[in-house]
Amino acid sequence: MLIQHTSRGLYCPAGDFYIDPWLPVPRAVITHAHGDHARFGCDSYLCAAPGVEPLSLRVEGIIQLIGYGEQISINGVRVSLHPAGHVLGSAQVRVEVKGEVWVVSGDYKREPDPTCAPFEVVSCHTFITESTFGLPVYRWPAGERVITQIYEWWSENAAAGRPSVLLSYVMGKSQRILAMLGEYDELPGPVYAHGALQQMNEAYRRAGIALMDAPNPVSVANNTDVFTTALVLAPPSAQSSSWLKRFKGCAVGRVSGWMRIRGRRRRLALDKGFVMSDHADWPALLTTISETGAERVIATHGNGSALTRFLVEQGVCAEAWTDKEWPEGEEQVQ
Amino acid sequence: MKRFIQLYLELDSTNKTSRKETALISYFQDAPPRDAAWVVTYLIGKRPRTAITAKHVRMAAIEAASIPPWLFEESYEAVGDLAETVSLLLDDQDRTTSGTLSHWIEDRLITRTTADDQEKVTTLRGWWDELDQSGRFVLTKLITGGWRVGVSQRLITRALAQTFDLPVDIVAHRLMGRWQPDDGFYERLTASDTRDAEAGKPYPFFLASPLEEDLATLGDCRDWLVEWKWDGIRAQIIKRCDQVFIWSRGEELVSEQFPELVAAAGALPNGTVLDGEICAYSKESSPHPKVLPFNELQRRLGRKTVGKKLLGEVPVMLLAYDLLEHGGIDIRGTACSDRRNLLAVLVRNINQDDTISISAEVNGASWDEFSTLHQSSRERLVEGFVIKDRQSPYGVGRRRGSWWKFKVDPYTIDAVLLYAQRGHGRRASLYTDYTFGVWQDDQLITIAKAYSGLNDAEIREVDRFVRQNTIERFGPVRSVNPTLVMELSFEAIQRSSRHKSGIAVRFPRISRWRRDKKPPDADTIETIMALLPSPKR
Ligand SMILES: [Zn+2]
Ligand SMILES: [Zn+2]
Repeated sequence: MLIQHTSRGLYCPAGDFYIDPWLPVPRAVITHAHGDHARFGCDSYLCAAPGVEPLSLRVEGIIQLIGYGEQISINGVRVSLHPAGHVLGSAQVRVEVKGEVWVVSGDYKREPDPTCAPFEVVSCHTFITESTFGLPVYRWPAGERVITQIYEWWSENAAAGRPSVLLSYVMGKSQRILAMLGEYDELPGPVYAHGALQQMNEAYRRAGIALMDAPNPVSVANNTDVFTTALVLAPPSAQSSSWLKRFKGCAVGRVSGWMRIRGRRRRLALDKGFVMSDHADWPALLTTISETGAERVIATHGNGSALTRFLVEQGVCAEAWTDKEWPEGEEQVQ
Repeated sequence: MKRFIQLYLELDSTNKTSRKETALISYFQDAPPRDAAWVVTYLIGKRPRTAITAKHVRMAAIEAASIPPWLFEESYEAVGDLAETVSLLLDDQDRTTSGTLSHWIEDRLITRTTADDQEKVTTLRGWWDELDQSGRFVLTKLITGGWRVGVSQRLITRALAQTFDLPVDIVAHRLMGRWQPDDGFYERLTASDTRDAEAGKPYPFFLASPLEEDLATLGDCRDWLVEWKWDGIRAQIIKRCDQVFIWSRGEELVSEQFPELVAAAGALPNGTVLDGEICAYSKESSPHPKVLPFNELQRRLGRKTVGKKLLGEVPVMLLAYDLLEHGGIDIRGTACSDRRNLLAVLVRNINQDDTISISAEVNGASWDEFSTLHQSSRERLVEGFVIKDRQSPYGVGRRRGSWWKFKVDPYTIDAVLLYAQRGHGRRASLYTDYTFGVWQDDQLITIAKAYSGLNDAEIREVDRFVRQNTIERFGPVRSVNPTLVMELSFEAIQRSSRHKSGIAVRFPRISRWRRDKKPPDADTIETIMALLPSPKR
């Protein structure tokens, strides 16, 4: 086994390094800067060059950068990183020993995203794929369509004098929305952002990502009247905080793949759910698995056991590592 | 149909009751009466029988999505709703829906057919083809029921009353009982002439609110009428035009289930409506009948016909406590004590056996005396007191202030989480339905299921625990390592041969998570057996 599951994370014994470890290790290869993949406390980190800005917000220590596709050797193991299309700087990890190739997908999606490089198919013998949304009910509408829905919802609220509060993950999703809204010539009102987003927006800008003109921090508004036509971006945790109270009569929406399921949206007492995810949906999982040409598939996270059972019935050699220990990720919480 | 889909989307897209009400009003204002009648029917949870059933929905979805049946079931388990699962599995498409809602229902859904299963599946797939994602969801919901859009009968009632400028209780009255959504129904429902109470129409029930405070906070005890809170079924018995109607609180006509009550009520004068509790009782303890626990009564429920044997084994009686209509006149507006006096005379006059009795007033000179009596509730097999303001009229629904229920403190036990199952609807993605066990010798045996009592954060924590501590899976159920101890509370406890533990508990719920306890600290079956009441002979 080129890569195995251990109590600290995925481990490559031949190269003596870990991929996305959740406990401190000497050498970590990081797929992307989300909290369940990039943990504090390792001695050194390797990541894809475009991911350095967000990663340095999360971790300290030595961060080694390589460009997408650039190959290095770690203790004789050939390692390279390839775009995963998930968030800025996200990477799949390709590991090669004596001609045998394994790829760890990290989180990925196949949909276009203006804030990161598109997913690249990497041929391999064994493909360790995420499967957060590994059921056929998870099928994403086109991102353009969802942005239109957000725009219309916001317009309707603005016309009725209701602030529109939109909850989305701090890293990746929020910037994707900002970048896509930035393509409109005219917007229904001003855009504000929760303080928690400011730092990440800045990191994206430093990395050269064109977000819409600086959304105002909520704290600079001197009068709550300005919110009546505003779109306010905030992290999901803001929903249950007193911070939300300043937006009187607001409508609360949330952007997440989980919003595909009505029960999830209702459980969270949201007015509106927008189905947009930075993860692969069911059709994308199947397409990607087939395109890698992998002889063996290992699924991690979420509904991996359903995905692999389905693959096995299709004649693919597949197994699920979902019963093993994994850190709880942003995507798994809600 | 298009307008109904839009209404559904509007109701579903807000969490606020006021906005739901606005959406309903704007729908009722311009909807064709026939469509509106169906909307009322479905949203209050009634559903006509359809030729195509949930079985065909499953078959058609598996076929259309080309997935194996197990994957459909796993998807359903994650979604928690059949109609929604279907709409999420099929490719979305742009479609303009045509045809009215009543056309879809009357000419398609409820039309009788001799088609076989495969033909029905084909028909259903054809219908799905005419609709987009939300249309398919709505159509499939018409087959499977369970809208879960946060619209209660009360909200529908209010929206109708608002739209047609009618008093809320008139609309509530008209919505009770048995009706068909035909041409006449919606006209009657919305008619401005309100003298339409038909012979069998019950009144909306007035409900008591829980009294959380001390009895003494009610003021002078002489201003209050105190009755035992019986553990039976709340019911209205109506005698009009030489006919008897028995309505349960679930707004179900239950006359056939209680022939002895129908016979006894025959002796009531026309124009009489009684409110009371139907209870099972034992004839052997004469001269005074002894009321039996609810699980005895349960044997009589939900049957179309009642056999002689059962009638003999589990006779029922009405413990009447209110008179709503007297001599054909609605007397709900008169004082509680006056209504009770009339009731007493009436019950005395029909003077047959105990089948219709008056629910005795509990007498006490002070709240202290009442408190002492209240403590005997369990031995008497009652749930506590109902306390009524002697001057109060009979209201509608649950309005605080004039009727209180004062229940005995629930029993509590500490039990260990053994199995968990995913919830439905709002909680479909979480393990929220739990089965608990207590010790019998060195084994944990199941004692109760409980669904409620934890807050959202705790539910998520338990959910995580369940996923990480699963021993085995049986379909949607997982057995878990016995680790978590919870305090369960319940209203009553009875012997039961149907339960492995030998006892049945009523309304079990989680009162708190005992993080301070470990499984060995949980209760044993012996200590629970000791809670069994020893009724007075
Ligand atoms: Zn991620
Ligand atoms: Zn992740």
